[in-house]
Amino acid sequence: MTKPGDGRGEMALPAPVLTMRGIGKRFPGVTALDGVDLRLLPGEVHALMGENGAGKSTLIKVLTGVHAADAGTVELEGRRVAFAGPLEAQQAGISTVYQEVNLCANLSVAENILLGREPRRRGRIDWKRMRARATELLSRLELSLDVSAPLSSCSLAVQQMVAIARAIDVDARVLILDEPTSSLDAGEVAQLFRVMRRLKDQGIAILFVSHFLDQVYEIADRMTILRNGKLVGEHLTRELSMVRLVALMIGQELAALERLHGAHRTFDRPLVEARGVGRTGAVEPFTLTVHEGEVVGLAGLLGSGRTEIARLLFGADHASTGEMAVGGSPASLRTPRAAMNHKIAFCSENRKADGLIPDLTVRENIILALQATRGWTRPVPREQQDELVGRYIKALKISPPNPEQLVRNLSGGNQQKVVLARWLILEPRLLILDEPTRGIDVGAKTEIQRLVAELSDGGMAVLFISAELEEVLRLSHKVEVLRDRRLVAELPNDERLTTDVLMETIASGGRGR
Amino acid sequence: MKRLVWPAGVLLLLLALNVVFTPSFLSIQVRDGHLYGSLIDILRFGAPLILVAIGMTLVIATGGIDLSVGSVVAIAGALACLQISLDAGLITAIALALGLCLLLGAWNGLLVAAVGIQPIIATLILMVAGRGLAQLITGGQIITVNDPAYKMIGGGYWLTVPSGIVIVAVVLVVTAFLTRRLALGMLIESVGGNAEASRLAGIRSRGILVMVYAFAALCAGVAGLMISSNVSSADGNNAGLWIELDAILAVVIGGTSLAGGRFSLAGTVLGALIIQTLTTTIYSIGVPPETTLLFKALVVTAVCLVQSRSFREKVFGGRKRAAAPAVPAATDRTERETAGLPGPQDGVRP
Repeated sequence: MTKPGDGRGEMALPAPVLTMRGIGKRFPGVTALDGVDLRLLPGEVHALMGENGAGKSTLIKVLTGVHAADAGTVELEGRRVAFAGPLEAQQAGISTVYQEVNLCANLSVAENILLGREPRRRGRIDWKRMRARATELLSRLELSLDVSAPLSSCSLAVQQMVAIARAIDVDARVLILDEPTSSLDAGEVAQLFRVMRRLKDQGIAILFVSHFLDQVYEIADRMTILRNGKLVGEHLTRELSMVRLVALMIGQELAALERLHGAHRTFDRPLVEARGVGRTGAVEPFTLTVHEGEVVGLAGLLGSGRTEIARLLFGADHASTGEMAVGGSPASLRTPRAAMNHKIAFCSENRKADGLIPDLTVRENIILALQATRGWTRPVPREQQDELVGRYIKALKISPPNPEQLVRNLSGGNQQKVVLARWLILEPRLLILDEPTRGIDVGAKTEIQRLVAELSDGGMAVLFISAELEEVLRLSHKVEVLRDRRLVAELPNDERLTTDVLMETIASGGRGR
Repeated sequence: MKRLVWPAGVLLLLLALNVVFTPSFLSIQVRDGHLYGSLIDILRFGAPLILVAIGMTLVIATGGIDLSVGSVVAIAGALACLQISLDAGLITAIALALGLCLLLGAWNGLLVAAVGIQPIIATLILMVAGRGLAQLITGGQIITVNDPAYKMIGGGYWLTVPSGIVIVAVVLVVTAFLTRRLALGMLIESVGGNAEASRLAGIRSRGILVMVYAFAALCAGVAGLMISSNVSSADGNNAGLWIELDAILAVVIGGTSLAGGRFSLAGTVLGALIIQTLTTTIYSIGVPPETTLLFKALVVTAVCLVQSRSFREKVFGGRKRAAAPAVPAATDRTERETAGLPGPQDGVRP
């Protein structure tokens, strides 16, 4: 582990603009940050890396004064600072551009750049000077735009630049870009990077947060890696291989892998086939076959397109290209209902938004999909409801075992089981599980894993999505590897496949094999 | 059941107030084979409002709202009276009127479900245009009809009971059957509770929405027939004026959230009765006519406040209130991210 500032050829480095030392932050019940250091050098792009929940956002929020740190110090150009809010941080020269562009699309470009700081003359806005100032700021980014045009007429990338222009107007010395590229296409990213390089040449320190490894390696000079709220290390980008980075971000556990399913089986009856299926802006066209009784794991980092593939196979989103077949015959999976008619079920990763009806009871939530397939005129008889719900409450150990409890009052793990039960009573042929074990305790996790293995032995196909590579390896017969919204490799899960191989494949984008 | 306690309590309080001012308030007599009494009057005059509110309950449960029901009331009465005045026959007149209402309701539903217009705007269109349609049908006049059979709908009696009350009872029983015995109620509550999750569970929410708006318009249509039959005339301008607001109020007083989700038909009936009783009370305790609207507004405000749990806790003591959370409420994702919990790994969707 390299500690920031422990020498080693760093004599020639300029003094950091910003130094954070030993930052700690606790929320009730969790330690979000524990002794994290971060330093930003002038004229450098510094990437902040880590999986979700690693503490990146909290660190940025501490830096910009949204949260107060419980421990540690922040120094800006050698002076200790503690900001009471984002405005103070901005006035001190730390500007932030968030993932969602925080601008007013109905106002003009110039108004957006100078909102709240409009040049005035005798109490009224001096439009001429305002336009001149906005044009000048944009020219610093080598952009020439009609600054009186409404922002909504600009592309997302240009809107992003406008947000940056707004941020650097206040004499910024530190610019924080939080996931600026998540909704940009390749050309727009290149444009953004040109701007970033130019700002870098002007001596601004840029903190860059992105989940796209390629982009990080293209633009960042240095990176700080966090995991579970702790500092893993600071590295020069050119000295850290992608494999090593992925390992550092995910953290290797040396626990022996116990593969849950029995001897290798061969699968010869294709259940769901996707040929060249893709969706513009979500996932590149992919080809994927799931056989009956097969557990297919999807591995990849956040934003790599795992959920997008699941949603396309379930008809939750429309595919823009490609063909699908179920059981060998072409099938149109344009709506969830169509997919359900082909006995495909989908447990979303976001159970609050896409799964639960919080006001309904456990019983009603479990029975919902079955009732939907029957239509409202044929209610599931109450005895059958009670029998089914009772059986699954018991089988999945849903607690409290009260079918009339409102589902909003259950814990996360039990809510997850309720959603799972909803789909299991449909007896699907393909069950898509998107992060079914996320945010639930270890016991429930093992139960769900065992359940997946049992279902597969019983002939059900499972598409299993998890951020935990161990879990994917443990359960899957084959693993599909995703990276940057592209399916890059398909690996049979045999003895040679380890988490290291998986990480290497994710890092190399499948080019290594 | 527990949430019906407050509206029921308010209704009892209003009735008690009436007994104080009018000791004979609770007496019910049979005269000429008809039931008579203040309570019967409240039910009879409240019948159209209860009907409209029943339809509104289902619309609000889906997370929507229907402002057009007042206009639909006028249209139904106008078309029925026009047909009767043209000697079209009672059955034809009623069928045409209710058929048109269903069509208008389905139009509302399509605007909301298929086109995706916000319910308040989609139904505002018909609220305004419907008045015009009603006046077109009546030719800008008040159509008066003299058909004893038509008069029976709103002014008649069935086994001593005013027919309006019978119609309301039938509609209520049918609605309760459709929603609680069949699965319509659960699907409506599901769509209103979480539309996206319902879609992913395979519910065809468009069909449900169209059906619910059509049902609300049908209820309004029946109410329109009742109102016009009661006075044997159709007034395109004033029939059902502002009834949509009373209906929304009745639904809210009855404990159904405007945000959608769980609904209570019994609560809505209580709410409508509270509003109707209030109107009666205003006359019986002699509130000056020019202040009645203000008086009504004050009572409704009080009812709504007393139903709000957070208001009750603030005013009547906050002992049971838990300490304020240390971290301000945040969305699920940011909460997890800031708290450093194992988070969604694939959550960013373009």
